[in-house]
Amino acid sequence: MNTQTVLEPWIDGRQVWRGRTPSAASTTALSTGWAALDAVLPGGGWPSAALTEILFPVDGVGELRLIWPSLARLSQQGPVVLVAPPYPLLAQAWRGAGVVLDNLQIIKPHDGGHGGSDRADRQALWAAEQCLRSAACRAVVCWPQWADDRALRRLQVAAESGQCPGFLFRSTHAANNPSPAALRLQIHVRPAEVQVLKCRGGWGGQRLQLG
Amino acid sequence: MDWVCIGLPQLALDKRQREVADASRPLVLLTGPVQRRVLHAVNGAAQRCGLHAGMPLASAQALCPDLQWHPFDPVSTEQLRQRMAAWAYRFSAQVTTDFPEAIVLEIGRSRRLFGEWPELQTRLREELRSWGITHRLCAAPHPAAAHVLAMAGDEFDGWGVDSHRIQAALGCLPVQRAGLDPANVLSLQRLGLRQLRQVFDLPREGLARRTSPQLLLQLDRMRGLLPTPVRYYHPPDQFDVRIEFDAEVELHLALAFPLRRLIDDLGLFLSARDGGAQQLNLFLAHEGRPPTQIVVGLLGPERDPARLFELARTRLEQTSCPAPVRGLRVQVTHLPPFVPGTQDLFDSRAQQALSWPQLRERLRARLGDASVQGVGLRAEHRPELTTVPYTQPGATQAPEQARPAWLLPVPMPLRERIARVLSGPERIESGWWDGADVRRDYYRVETTAGQQAWVFCAPGERGPYMLHGWFA
Repeated sequence: MNTQTVLEPWIDGRQVWRGRTPSAASTTALSTGWAALDAVLPGGGWPSAALTEILFPVDGVGELRLIWPSLARLSQQGPVVLVAPPYPLLAQAWRGAGVVLDNLQIIKPHDGGHGGSDRADRQALWAAEQCLRSAACRAVVCWPQWADDRALRRLQVAAESGQCPGFLFRSTHAANNPSPAALRLQIHVRPAEVQVLKCRGGWGGQRLQLG
Repeated sequence: MDWVCIGLPQLALDKRQREVADASRPLVLLTGPVQRRVLHAVNGAAQRCGLHAGMPLASAQALCPDLQWHPFDPVSTEQLRQRMAAWAYRFSAQVTTDFPEAIVLEIGRSRRLFGEWPELQTRLREELRSWGITHRLCAAPHPAAAHVLAMAGDEFDGWGVDSHRIQAALGCLPVQRAGLDPANVLSLQRLGLRQLRQVFDLPREGLARRTSPQLLLQLDRMRGLLPTPVRYYHPPDQFDVRIEFDAEVELHLALAFPLRRLIDDLGLFLSARDGGAQQLNLFLAHEGRPPTQIVVGLLGPERDPARLFELARTRLEQTSCPAPVRGLRVQVTHLPPFVPGTQDLFDSRAQQALSWPQLRERLRARLGDASVQGVGLRAEHRPELTTVPYTQPGATQAPEQARPAWLLPVPMPLRERIARVLSGPERIESGWWDGADVRRDYYRVETTAGQQAWVFCAPGERGPYMLHGWFA
């Protein structure tokens, strides 16, 4: 009896989990807005103070639709920051998805004219880290061109200390590299499925179809 | 005891001494033509060597071989006195620099805030000592009396005199140290008068005949029988302070410390003026070149020196200079009213938490002014023109249409094969009036790779298709 009460915070924080059943919905998780995805994720949603990595093969395969429902909800509460988006965004589509445009902020680091894209990349990672750490943002979405293990670890720590969910969009090529992110999803095109590569507090490996 | 005089008997020397690390070495200031320079002021160590003001430089060097000497600089001394007046303005709204070698301020009305004379005196002395400024403090009912007491000598330092004792206190001053005109002092001494008390006792008419009428006026003002007209100090409307370096600075790390000092000064200035800074201009002076200017623009007024320093330093770090830096200047021309941000008493956020405006300033400082933008929407049919930088809340009026999340900055030929058409065509034909004429049929298609793309072609035709966006 006593041990159970001691373990509760650990289970809640996904440090310890039970093997067979995914833990019930906890207050620390954010619902993804996709019932099928919520069902397999421990806590019933995105980890609320950690990094989520979404790996996708090419543009335009529904990668944003995965996070739009949660961004729509979070943007009603405060700023949602997009760091280094790959293309200019079309505001109508985002508003159509329910995102409150007044709270949407875009950070576009530039190379300063003399540093090349490497510098812009480092600036993007720096900006994402600052946003995650500041606790001023409700969500931070980042599209780094390049990120090594150390950079990802920094982002993960920043997300934990700022209690802020971070979403990282990366190419499928990174799937084989280890990553400190709490949750890693991979999007498959044929058939259109989402695969849970890794998830803290659960087994991972599930493939599921979203509507 | 409504007026305090801060006597600054050797301000020029103090100023020089602050810049020299070793206070135990003899230091003198010089005046006079180059051929015959004489000592203007000497510090304690120099006095012990037997030097005194008025001595020629040659004999001083003979007496004291390791003498440091600098020219006396009245302009920068006066600037320091003005800065001290700005500092004194925190204690009183009535500060005057009319009296030579002194700052006089009214304390009667700020007594409730700063306490009685002994407490205020302790506080003033502490701050003056931390600057390394030699000073004498005297309080009196009238500004002129306070000034006379403070300038009379070290034995009067710290005196606070009431209105009914001021006559007696002034009476024991020696005539030659009461700040009177030397010619008048001489004639008083010839009359056998040694102390001011004796002068006060003389009949006015006789005194007026023997000396100048100026003396009577001076004595009356001293005793408060006549008011002393003073011009009050007004803090300047802009902040503009510079530091010159003795050596050439090539690393921005070495600029951080002087920048910190200037910005701390700025913080004091802003709190005295009850304003905030929205734009800081930093000038890095170079030898024989125009200065490098760095503009630190903020979205809202800010007063906290620590935060201003952080923003200024970030901008400074990114600047590359064409030449070594010889001086640093900080200028703030506009002082918009500053409204401190409110914080919730029960705020549960982490210690290092920033608010969004603070975070935005930090990002802008490092990444550039245009790097952080909000999103606005405009009622417009051409997709390139609908999304604009954020203007105002709720100004998002546009029809609901199926639009892709990403728009390519420039349309490009579609390379992928089209598997099927999901919707379309939607014709967009607009802009004939402003030159950016558009006539296109848009389709939402799925490519063989499973991507959903937004493509267009010329109206009425079936290709070639141009890729314009991704439904992500």
